[in-house]
Amino acid sequence: MRPGGWLEMREYPEDEPVDFVVIGTGAGGGPLIAGLAQAGFSVIGFDAGPYFRPLEDFASDETEQNKLYWTDNRIVDGANPLTMGGKNSGKSVGGSTVHFAMVSLRFRPEWFKSKSTLGYGADWPLDWRDMWGWYAKAERALSISGPARYPWGPKRPAYPYRAHEINGAGDLLARGCEAMGIDWTPTPLATVSAPHGKSPPCVYRGFCRFGCSTNAKQSQLVTFIPKAIKAGAEIRDLAMVGRIETDRNGRATGVHYIREGRWRFQKARNVVVAGYAIETPRLLLASATAQHPDGLANSSGLVGKNLMVQSNQAVFGVMEDEVRWYKGPPSLTITEHWNYDDRKDFHGGYCWMAQGPLPIEWVGIQTSARGLWGQALRDEMEKYNHQVGLKMVGEMLPNEANRVTLDAETDQYGLKVARITYGWGDNDKAMIAHGLDQMQTSLELVGAKEIFRQTDDTNHLAGTARMGFDAETSVVNSDCRSWDIPNLWVCDGSIFPTTGGVNPSLTITAIAMRTASRIRDLAARGEL
Amino acid sequence: MKPRYPGYDVEAKRDTPSWNQVTREAIDRRLAVPRAPRFFSPDEWTILEAICNRILPQPADRPKVPLPAYVDQKLAENIQDGYRYAVLPPQGEAWRRGLRALDDAAKRAFGGPFHTLLPERQDEILRRAQSGALTADAWGDMPSKAFFEHRLIPDITHAYYATPTAWNEIGFGGPASPRGYVRMALNRRDPWEAIEAQPDDEAEAERDNRRVR
Repeated sequence: MRPGGWLEMREYPEDEPVDFVVIGTGAGGGPLIAGLAQAGFSVIGFDAGPYFRPLEDFASDETEQNKLYWTDNRIVDGANPLTMGGKNSGKSVGGSTVHFAMVSLRFRPEWFKSKSTLGYGADWPLDWRDMWGWYAKAERALSISGPARYPWGPKRPAYPYRAHEINGAGDLLARGCEAMGIDWTPTPLATVSAPHGKSPPCVYRGFCRFGCSTNAKQSQLVTFIPKAIKAGAEIRDLAMVGRIETDRNGRATGVHYIREGRWRFQKARNVVVAGYAIETPRLLLASATAQHPDGLANSSGLVGKNLMVQSNQAVFGVMEDEVRWYKGPPSLTITEHWNYDDRKDFHGGYCWMAQGPLPIEWVGIQTSARGLWGQALRDEMEKYNHQVGLKMVGEMLPNEANRVTLDAETDQYGLKVARITYGWGDNDKAMIAHGLDQMQTSLELVGAKEIFRQTDDTNHLAGTARMGFDAETSVVNSDCRSWDIPNLWVCDGSIFPTTGGVNPSLTITAIAMRTASRIRDLAARGEL
Repeated sequence: MKPRYPGYDVEAKRDTPSWNQVTREAIDRRLAVPRAPRFFSPDEWTILEAICNRILPQPADRPKVPLPAYVDQKLAENIQDGYRYAVLPPQGEAWRRGLRALDDAAKRAFGGPFHTLLPERQDEILRRAQSGALTADAWGDMPSKAFFEHRLIPDITHAYYATPTAWNEIGFGGPASPRGYVRMALNRRDPWEAIEAQPDDEAEAERDNRRVR
């Protein structure tokens, strides 16, 4: 939208059921809302946060842009408590895609069957060849910029937009990989390298993780949400859904939500939960009734369980060169080498990518990884423009003990907050150790000095409502439809049985596009 | 210590294409933070000031970044992080209890309130909190290590590195919307980026930095 621009949006009455209510408008909700509206369904997309207009609302500032994050309280515990907030949670229309780093990668094909082909985790009820087609559609929908030839995995089409120019930090990753004799590539990114619609090419501000103020980033705000509205969907923002209503027949009938300080009820024929791996199980658990005492869609007992994050450890060093890593998207180059090389003594894989933390994130790393404060901290911070770093995104394994439950504490809406329990397993620790060694070698080979490790960081969310083959061992089927309640669906990263060694957003997008298509097919056959 | 980027002032870019209107307003609000405590009592404020001076000691030749004011603002306006360690109470209670407990530790170890101690003794108390060695009753069930790592340090240091003063010190480009950057490669600098002084050319760097817009 241009400054001052506007578009017409349909509004649906509360007392007539819409075909679909979708709760959440991020990488899962956005494509689904658009796909369902385009198929002719009446759809309302709910979001707890506001509908921002980036050109008018977004500052070039880390602190100000906290307004994009889910900053309502959550309790974290376990052996390795998770850092939430800006790391992984959005609270605005577009969800985390408004502040994600835009890294858009495909799963390695075997990961969809990691249990049967690689011997760990769980199989997905999806076929990678089917997914390869959906990935291509998602990459086109998001105008992904990337290399003409991708070094790993089965053939894929050239990315729709040319790769971005590589900054100093990205160049050092590439040099390190070449010195190690492993492949690297410009990172496939969801920010345009040439004009697209109303999006100008990326101007390399470097504030990507704090919202894109120029609309170059292909978040939901400039891709699926405008398409959805044009096709007749309503986006109901600042509307926090607190409970899904079910009737005596065990079907969902609508959602209770709070907007402008008042609880309201929206009738719906189908309800899709797309709140990501914390809010999705929180809502399902909070919607318990006498008929569903453990929460909705939870006859398997798996709602909230198998929460997964990705190991996000890093190695940093100081270069003689001026790197000025604040320029450009934070991860302009990447290596997926250890996602495709199985000669290692642990399960799963990881990639690593170039880094460009802005000052507040950087001081967080200096203080947490090195325990620095006082003059020593100020002195280290002055080396900012010479720093270089590599950060892994690693596959943590599913474990039922890592989970989301409801705490007794309540939030500003009076709803029980999520308690998030997390601990790393031995396999996770082995992968982290391997990744840190590899990244350190790469930095040493490009001449970085004063190298240190950030050993405790995680990123991204997955699991808590896993997809599977039957009602006993999973929450939803391959169409993201819950086994227990036929008109209740889950469409976000919660459905991941395993999380893979790449950033999850493109896979969530591809599955959401697929789910919209499947719902259209099911409706045509009278199977909704 | 000599500044690494002498003469660089990120605020000189305020009226250039590097700052959009929303950014100008956000930075104006930040610099206008209320200087008097709204959350803390005068006694607590005194302890907090002394702690901020040790966590981020500031040079005497420029106005100080008002760190206690930013911590107070976060608590007075209940600006939350999105998560809380189960071992910590809500942020306001954690700060109140932590300040009292640090003051208590100062009195036990060195016989005087925290803010009256010599800087090295203040540092010693803070180091004990950082290592979790402080376990007196004043802490209740709150581990001093968790308070130090997850409350005290982030609340103070994040506030500092959110200010133009800090950005000038480290040579950060600061706000960049909509202009962004053009020269991306190693050792390349756009004319609107800070110049790092090399030995013996501080005067030249300072002169050129004053022209950075």
